[in-house]
Amino acid sequence: MLSSTADKLFWMARYAERAENLARMLDVNYRMSLFPQGPQSVNQGWNALLAISDLMGEYQTRYDGITPEKALAFFAFDGSHPSSIISCWRAVRENARAVRGALTAETWETINSTWLELRTMEVSVNAGGDVSSFFEWVKYRSHLVRGVLRSTMLRDEAFHFAWLGTYLERADNTARILDVKYHLLLPGGEGVGGAADYYQWSALLNSVAAFEIYRKVYRDVITPRRVAELLILRDDMPRSLSHSIRQSYFHLKQIRNHQSAETERRMGVLDAELHFGRIEDIFQAGLHEYLMSFIERVYELGERVSKDFLVPTEVA
Amino acid sequence: MALSTPPYDEMHGSEGVRAHYRTFANWLKQTAAEKLQRKRAEADALFHRVGITFAVYGEASGTERLIPFDIVPRIIPASEWQQLAAGLKQRVRALNAFIKDIYHDQEILKAGKLPAEEILSNAQFRSEMMGVNVPNDIYAHIAGVDIVRAGAGEFYVLEDNLRVPSGVSYMIEDRKMMMRLFPELFAQYAVAPVEHYPDLLLDNLRSVAPAGVNDPVVVVLTPGCYNSAYFEHAFIAQQMGVELVEGSDLFVKDHYVYMRTTRGPQRVDVIYRRIDDDFLDPKAFRPDSQLGVPGLLDAYRAGHVNVTNAIGTGVADDKSIYPYVPDMVRFYLGEEPLLNNVPTYVLRREEDLKYTLDHLSELVVKEVHGAGGYGMLIGPAASKAEIAAFRDRIIAAPQKYIAQPTLSLSACPTFVEQGIAPRHIDLRPFVLSGRDVTLVPGGLTRVALTEGSLVVNSSQGGGTKDTWVLER
Repeated sequence: MLSSTADKLFWMARYAERAENLARMLDVNYRMSLFPQGPQSVNQGWNALLAISDLMGEYQTRYDGITPEKALAFFAFDGSHPSSIISCWRAVRENARAVRGALTAETWETINSTWLELRTMEVSVNAGGDVSSFFEWVKYRSHLVRGVLRSTMLRDEAFHFAWLGTYLERADNTARILDVKYHLLLPGGEGVGGAADYYQWSALLNSVAAFEIYRKVYRDVITPRRVAELLILRDDMPRSLSHSIRQSYFHLKQIRNHQSAETERRMGVLDAELHFGRIEDIFQAGLHEYLMSFIERVYELGERVSKDFLVPTEVA
Repeated sequence: MALSTPPYDEMHGSEGVRAHYRTFANWLKQTAAEKLQRKRAEADALFHRVGITFAVYGEASGTERLIPFDIVPRIIPASEWQQLAAGLKQRVRALNAFIKDIYHDQEILKAGKLPAEEILSNAQFRSEMMGVNVPNDIYAHIAGVDIVRAGAGEFYVLEDNLRVPSGVSYMIEDRKMMMRLFPELFAQYAVAPVEHYPDLLLDNLRSVAPAGVNDPVVVVLTPGCYNSAYFEHAFIAQQMGVELVEGSDLFVKDHYVYMRTTRGPQRVDVIYRRIDDDFLDPKAFRPDSQLGVPGLLDAYRAGHVNVTNAIGTGVADDKSIYPYVPDMVRFYLGEEPLLNNVPTYVLRREEDLKYTLDHLSELVVKEVHGAGGYGMLIGPAASKAEIAAFRDRIIAAPQKYIAQPTLSLSACPTFVEQGIAPRHIDLRPFVLSGRDVTLVPGGLTRVALTEGSLVVNSSQGGGTKDTWVLER
């Protein structure tokens, strides 16, 4: 397929995934801010979110101080910076529109109608509407897009590029969510206890749809170590790093070309490390350091995919 | 044919409702106004969801408009269509023969049927095409011929669009919409299908691949997603199952054209381009074009790729050439034209100029190179001052103008604010030429939604209707 088409499919899927994870992070932050706690820790949550998205500077040029209302306006509907939900969805739709010939009609119409609806929701949510149902809506629309992709698209390159984009983005986003929450919740190393902790950890699990999964897998109290293990190493957990990389590796192999062998090798190494890794070793080396290095490797893999497939190659 | 005579009404004749509209009229009588209103709103919502919109230049990003869709179909009986189709095929055959002749031996000029300077000094004449042989001798592979009905119901050709005619996606989407909104009507009428147009088009494009290519790779070349007709480009590519490319997706090496793919370069054999000649190849035409493919003309001239429509077809659909098309039919085919031209005064001719200046208030005067309804004078609708100003422009450069009697375009019932009322319409069928000349039974009917208006262009408030050619 055309390199430029593959590029747009890849980014279409990445932005849809990013919008969803953004909604997940915002939702959990918003819920946490409803727990009885000092304004200090409420701000900490929003500050952390701005920090992991590298958006502190952007935010400060627009708003004074942090309140949940301002943060939501900034992250959800501020189209003047590229990282808001509305900007992500605009990018999903613009990319899809440019390659609508490579999508099934149902995929395109799902994306287009999401965009059209989103533009009308902005008004009602900003006017004091129900914030949580908005985040739910964003999540469901991403589910819907993936569902339509999976149930209507031919298993060709277009399909694999879209899924490669989805899983690389998810790997990055889950790592970031885990990193920021872990640090926020455990500034001084590992410790357990207290009702507040319980709610914080369950909120984190909920943000990646993992609360029930945790219960099912561990049948025990929530501990930070197990949370990390679940979100990093369990490859049957669909939002974990392990699962995301396993799936990325699979889709990468389907689109293999004459110059992608090295990218495939590196992805395979990362997959094997996650598959055979132990949470004790990760904690020994430092969770934050581990996650930072993981995010860096995922970034490099994304760059390599661009170079191998997406950037127009010169005359052979 | 003056504006004062009442227009031909497609639905009502002296005998009341015309036979082919009777079933529809009964249905309409039994259908509540609220239902029609609801169906119309449903159509709008569907068009938005499917994204059948066009971008409006110069407005805030994300502004997209619908071309208004009218729910009252334009119905053409089988016998009328047969005449039209035969006339259209004949006309397009002659036009293709003419373009081939102009870029080779120029017999028609030697025979004195057409003044040579009309051709050779025409901005649309591409000397780069002289002596170039193209597959099957076909130049205008896709023609969108504008037909109007005037007077007592006779058909006239208004324009032969031989460059990059658009609108075919609306023909297909309007049909899909009507079948979705009013399936009961299709059960009562034998409406000839049009949705197989992309199949015919693909077959047509493959039939004009360069010699020796067994399984030709066809692409659609678009200026990109900010072009107002982008929806159509994407639609056609998808319906044919071929790649939609922009200029930057293609490159030329050793006089062959390739597209950049995830598996390396791939040869391209036929380019259905939706970009004007001027922007096709910055090395040959406008050097500032960002849309084209450098070296494309050379690859084309070497016969390694076919470009549809051919480069230089504009020389045959220019308004200054239009008056000569009936002569082309006689000259190349030895037949009498089946379709009428609108009588046209060519103002470079002294007697035509004199007549026109004496009758400006009755005539339509058009700039020969204008398009889209711009740069024209509609005499009966113009003020004295406008006529005087236009007269000066004509006298200053009469060769730039032609004049025609004001046609009273036929009217078709149309759903408007006040209910159902007659509005003026035209028709654009799409004629395909390759190994044969074919067309689907139908076309795009455009309607001037403003009362009394004769301008059907979508850029100026026109809408579209589904066009039903009846099979019996």
